[in-house]
Amino acid sequence: MQADHLDGNALAGPLAEIFTADVSAAVSRCASCGLTGPVASLRVYDRAPGLVARCPGCEEVVLRLVRSPDAAWLDLRGAVSLRIPLSGTNPSAVLSDEGGRSGAER
Amino acid sequence: MTTFTRGFRGRRRGEDDRLPPGQYLTEDFPVLSAGPTPHVPLDRWEFTIDTEAGQVHRWTWQELTALPYEEPAVDIHCVTSWSKLGTSWRGVSLDVLFEDVETTADYALVHSYGGYTTNLPLDDLLDGKAWIAYRYEGEELAASHGGPARLLVPHLYFWKSAKWVRGIRLLTEDWPGFWETAGYHNYGDPWREQRYADD
Ligand SMILES: [Zn+2]
Repeated sequence: MQADHLDGNALAGPLAEIFTADVSAAVSRCASCGLTGPVASLRVYDRAPGLVARCPGCEEVVLRLVRSPDAAWLDLRGAVSLRIPLSGTNPSAVLSDEGGRSGAER
Repeated sequence: MTTFTRGFRGRRRGEDDRLPPGQYLTEDFPVLSAGPTPHVPLDRWEFTIDTEAGQVHRWTWQELTALPYEEPAVDIHCVTSWSKLGTSWRGVSLDVLFEDVETTADYALVHSYGGYTTNLPLDDLLDGKAWIAYRYEGEELAASHGGPARLLVPHLYFWKSAKWVRGIRLLTEDWPGFWETAGYHNYGDPWREQRYADD
C-alpha cells in the first residue's frame, strides 16, 4: 500500500519561508509522549488543507503549517521545544551541517 | 465561434452555476487526511451526542443503521479548490438523531476517531442540512473516505464533514476545531469563499 505520509524533510521547503535555519535538521520533543528526535523523522501528512507533522512514537500532532495567500499559520503546541543547530562561527559545524542538508530539497 | 464550442460552453455553464467561486470540477474523489486512517471494529463503534447539561445520547452501529435513512445527492466543495457534483450517499439525518436531545446550545464540536475535530453552529446540522453518512455511491463508505461513517454537511467546505465521526459535543460557547485553530475560516461557506480566517 502506498504510504499515506512523507517524512519530515518535506517540511524543509515550506518552513524555509519562515525560518532562516533549516528546521528539518532541528530536534523536537513531543509534548504528548516526550519522544525526542529530528524533525526530519516526523510523519508529514500533506494531502490535507495544510501540513500536519505527527510524532513517529505516539502519532500525536507535533507541528501544523497552513499557508494562506498572505500568511503562514504555524502551530507548535505539540512540540515542547525545537533544538535548532546553528553553525555560528565554528567551521567544523558548518561542514557537518552541509551533510545534514543533502537529503533536503533545495 | 464554432457550434461545438457553443454547445460545450452551454453545458459547462449549467455546471458552473453549481461551482462556488475559486473552485474547479473534479470527477475523481481526492483523499485528504490529516493523519493515519483509524480502523474501528463495528462492534466497538459508537456515535454520541453530549449535551451542555451532561446528558449523553449513544448509538451503536446496529442502532444507527436501523434508523430511517435518507439518500442525499449533493455537491461537495473542498477548501483545496476541488468540487464534485451530484455525489450520492446514504445516511441518517441529524434531525432524526436530535429528536430526543434537549438542548439550548448554539454550537457543536464534532469529534472523530483519530482525534480530528471541527466546529459549526448547531443550526447548520439541523433542518435537513446534515447526515451521518455510511454509504457512498451504493457501497459501504471506504475507510479512506471516512468509513464506517462520516459527517456530511455539504453546504460548508468539506473539512467540516468530519471523517470517522465519533460524536458531537453541544456547547454554549464556540470552540474552534482542528483546521479552524490553524488559519482556516471558522464557518467555511464556499459560496462566500470563506477559506482562511481573514476571509
Ligand atoms: Zn509522541
